[in-house]
Amino acid sequence: MIIKGGMVYDPANGIYGEEMDLCIDKGKIAEDGKGEVIDARGLLVMPGGVDAHSHIAGKKVNTGRIMRPDDSRLGTEARTAICRPSTGYTVPNCYAIGYRYARMGYTTVFEAASPILEARHTHEELEAIPIIDKGALTLFGNNWQVMECVRDRDISKLAAYVAWALRAARGYGVKIVNPGGGEAWGFGSNVKGINDPVPGFDVTPGEIIKALAEANEMLRLPHSIHVHFNNTGKPGNYTTALETLDLLKDIKPSRMRQVVHVTHMQFSAYGGTGWRDFESKAPIIADYFNAHDHATMDMGQLLFGSATTMTADAPLEYGNARLTHNKWSNHDIELEEASGVVPMIYSKKVLTNAVQWAIGLELALLVKDPWKILMTTDNPNGSPFVNYPEVITLLMSQPKREAEMATLHDQLPKRTTLAEIQREMDWTDIAIMTRAASARILGMQDKGHLGPGADADITIYNLKVDEVDTSKDHALVKKALSSAKYTIKGGVVVSKEGQIQATPPGRTFWVDAGVPKEDSDRLMADIEEKFARYYSVQLSNYAVQDAYLPHAKVIKAGLSVPLQEVA
Amino acid sequence: MSEPILIKDAVCSFCGCLCDDIDVEVAGSRIQRVKHACRLGSSKIMGHERMQNPMIRKNGELVATSFQEAYDRAAQILLAANEPLLYGWACTSCEAHKKGILLAEEVGGVIDSTATVCHGPSVIGIEEKGLPGATLGQVKNRADTIVFWGCNPAEAHPRHFLRYSSNSSGRFTPQGRDGRKVVVVDVRETRTAKNADKFFRINPGSDYEVISALRMLIAGKGESIPEEVGGVLKADLADLADVLKSARFGALFFGLGITHSRGRYKNIDNALSLVAELNQYSKFVIMPMRGHYNVGGIGQTLAWSSGYPMSVDYTRGAPYFNPGETAACDLLARRDADAALVIAADAGSNFPRAIVEALAEIPVIQIDPYENPTTLLSDVVIPCAIAGVEVEGTAYRMDGLALRLRKMVDCSLPSDEEILTHILESVQKQRGSMSTKEA
Amino acid sequence: MLATMISGRTLAQGAGCESKMSPDFFKAAAICHLSERDFKSMQLEEGKNVLLKNEFGQVVLAARADAGLPEKMVFIPMGPWANILVGKETGGCGTPHFKGLMVEVEATDSPVLSIRELFSKRDRAYV
Repeated sequence: MIIKGGMVYDPANGIYGEEMDLCIDKGKIAEDGKGEVIDARGLLVMPGGVDAHSHIAGKKVNTGRIMRPDDSRLGTEARTAICRPSTGYTVPNCYAIGYRYARMGYTTVFEAASPILEARHTHEELEAIPIIDKGALTLFGNNWQVMECVRDRDISKLAAYVAWALRAARGYGVKIVNPGGGEAWGFGSNVKGINDPVPGFDVTPGEIIKALAEANEMLRLPHSIHVHFNNTGKPGNYTTALETLDLLKDIKPSRMRQVVHVTHMQFSAYGGTGWRDFESKAPIIADYFNAHDHATMDMGQLLFGSATTMTADAPLEYGNARLTHNKWSNHDIELEEASGVVPMIYSKKVLTNAVQWAIGLELALLVKDPWKILMTTDNPNGSPFVNYPEVITLLMSQPKREAEMATLHDQLPKRTTLAEIQREMDWTDIAIMTRAASARILGMQDKGHLGPGADADITIYNLKVDEVDTSKDHALVKKALSSAKYTIKGGVVVSKEGQIQATPPGRTFWVDAGVPKEDSDRLMADIEEKFARYYSVQLSNYAVQDAYLPHAKVIKAGLSVPLQEVA
Repeated sequence: MSEPILIKDAVCSFCGCLCDDIDVEVAGSRIQRVKHACRLGSSKIMGHERMQNPMIRKNGELVATSFQEAYDRAAQILLAANEPLLYGWACTSCEAHKKGILLAEEVGGVIDSTATVCHGPSVIGIEEKGLPGATLGQVKNRADTIVFWGCNPAEAHPRHFLRYSSNSSGRFTPQGRDGRKVVVVDVRETRTAKNADKFFRINPGSDYEVISALRMLIAGKGESIPEEVGGVLKADLADLADVLKSARFGALFFGLGITHSRGRYKNIDNALSLVAELNQYSKFVIMPMRGHYNVGGIGQTLAWSSGYPMSVDYTRGAPYFNPGETAACDLLARRDADAALVIAADAGSNFPRAIVEALAEIPVIQIDPYENPTTLLSDVVIPCAIAGVEVEGTAYRMDGLALRLRKMVDCSLPSDEEILTHILESVQKQRGSMSTKEA
Repeated sequence: MLATMISGRTLAQGAGCESKMSPDFFKAAAICHLSERDFKSMQLEEGKNVLLKNEFGQVVLAARADAGLPEKMVFIPMGPWANILVGKETGGCGTPHFKGLMVEVEATDSPVLSIRELFSKRDRAYV
């Protein structure tokens, strides 16, 4: 296939809006190509979107569906010759997830949080999601084996456990959510900060995070640790964010990437002492990111309307449910994690929500280097992913932001600096924040760029780059971003003008890390004991079997394998 | 005879406990012995006399036929129907479920599981209030207070006590049964009640009032409660409320005693609210005791495929869900369902008689290893290999944990998944030739 | 006597649920438990039957005593015999009312129907 004359944005390869042809051969970007020719003259062309943090598969997502038949009634689409039926808005069914991401031009999406014990379920759902390539980040922050290794300061055993657990869960990376708090929630409490000891385990959240970061780098995993801070969602929590970030600034990354990726930063950039004096601390957070290079983040943008909050931060969810008098699901996972699901509605007239909305945008606009911040909504916590075009156009258009702010609570200007920010992002920024940076942050060599050898995941949007004023014509831009002219995945046109053309299965990426045998052996003694005494299943039935990943893509890592650097 | 093979840690495919520590001795391609399983699981794994041949009803009698004829006749029945019901699913693997959903979409039918005669009300309750729960290992390791309400695990989930609940021990519960308070609430004194520290016998149909009274007591609003609620003295209820409030970790297990009784889903709604409110004072979780080993699985698979866990109507091409309208018993009671596929469940035995009579009036396709009353009503009978014994696959435990079932022995019969695939192929073929006929 | 009927699981019924056409299942499911007091006051003994009747149907079952049952309550293992007494209404939620129904109970000399007899079309007397 040849894509002719597109205005290509490929920031990873230094291409910022150049008219050029792209060639595809055997599903990869190639120097030469033949076959079908797509005329993209003047049109915006980018690598396929890469979403590094989204809740798309697994127990808590399905719990969201089951408890929200009200949501499933929305967005209903009947079966067609090519597509299975679609349902749902904030908690769509698996088919809708694949089709809707593809229509928007996204081709790779990562499930943000999968518990090891329930990873089989995660993979059943991932496998059901058509088209997109995917992976799942594995939860480690409230895990008994992890906490014991941290308590004993045994980083090599910890690394052995991380490697073992990633293999058992077929996971891609290390996810940490409210470390220690999930274990405290096992008896109904929480931790108050990074130095608050975890009941029953003699470790602090800070120690857990730091040790996992060390283990992560020891294993040379493609991705860094991916962290959801303690105190997420609480007024005044920006101090926890800064403290946690500082903990990690002297750790050496084992690859050309960050040492910590912070997720949904918006929910942790809060000032004030309560909801009454709640305000944005985005400027302080942004300053930190501007002054340090060891951390990256994603926005976690909140948009007005319906959402379903779902997170391993179970105490936070309980709090949400009590605050909003809403239905509440909770699911604590033995020896490993916690989680909760609560429907939410964010309202323009609620000052808190308006400030939250502003914070996400402030963060993105105040961080100078777009490689440090990804565009996300923590789908579906801040908003469903189908609303990404709304976020993008808010970033690109100050008049749009101004118009929106005029409809919000009148106290907003007192709580945030958003109105003062004139910066408007351009296509290079957006291509970085939705493609190039996400791939680099995840450590995915063949994604997020259009150099030779990259996966031929390409999006062509129906926008004439030279004719569209992204500041003024934001409505047009939003419409075009919602429905790509062409979405190409692995060299196959999967979506055209919003119509799904083909539904090839995507691949599931997971990381197989090698560790020294003596560390593995020491680890297995612990693991066997845990299964004999505490788990409710047998060790031999625990790990995810091959049958659940018919389309696996294994990435090697660890101490015994020579590695290629991710440039 | 060849050397016996020992299969360790097999998963039992009978009840929602999904015990995965079963040892099975296989010799000469037959199961010889089952260790660690309870009476129900042993019985299942050891097996029973079963059907060997597909059958089609001709002149009122079931006669042996070929598999392909059976598939074709089944496809014909489903295609000819306006509102075919595809029911059952609880005793087969998720791999079969996926094919069943595809078939329901293809023929424009309604797919429903045994949940609608079991924990369907729990699903509806969860839709109202959410499910504050945990995995079974959390109960094992943490629970000092356990309540069994309207369920009888001693007879329906025999190894539950020892593996997961009252008699289990874990990290924070080293004393096991001795360190726990076990409360049983039921309308009669069951074998489970004999394991209780305190048994509350309540009047049939009064669960809702008793739960409401407890909620009021817990919230400190006990003054307006009468001296007796549902056959229980207020003072006793107040004691129970204190026990629940002062738990370090409480777990409430409930069963068909409250889903089947007066109030149905409202009872569950109330129980879920009770547990949510208890979390203001103590850590508390709640869990439905799922009866069949994979009724959880069809719920999960249907939910991620359609957005809804049961009673999914595909007749208009997009999923529509409205229990009370689209559940199996509703469709049959109103005589809207004009054909039925019954798989991995025995509707003939487990539906109300009047509904079974409605089933008897329509063409029925049965996919099952064993002859049962549904067979007596069926027009097409397709015997299958047994998932969990002869076929590998996925099942979901009562707490939502997915496990992989083993294949222990071979079987010449096709699996449910294979049968459904063949029926689907026949449907597509017949539909293809139907449209060429019209053209 | 007028009693509340509960239907539910038992070990024997569960162990036989995959051999429903067998004598073992018949013994496990075609039975009706009564409280010891009711069993005595109706002059029942091992080997005798009871006739249960309500608006939905009537069924003869083998009588058994159960010390755990309160008076005026009967327990029938789930299955095709019990379901003769269960109505088709689902209360708008899809699930029939299987537990807590009122039935008239009396001793009888009529035989218990086998499972095949329950499903034989000739037998319309049962509804």
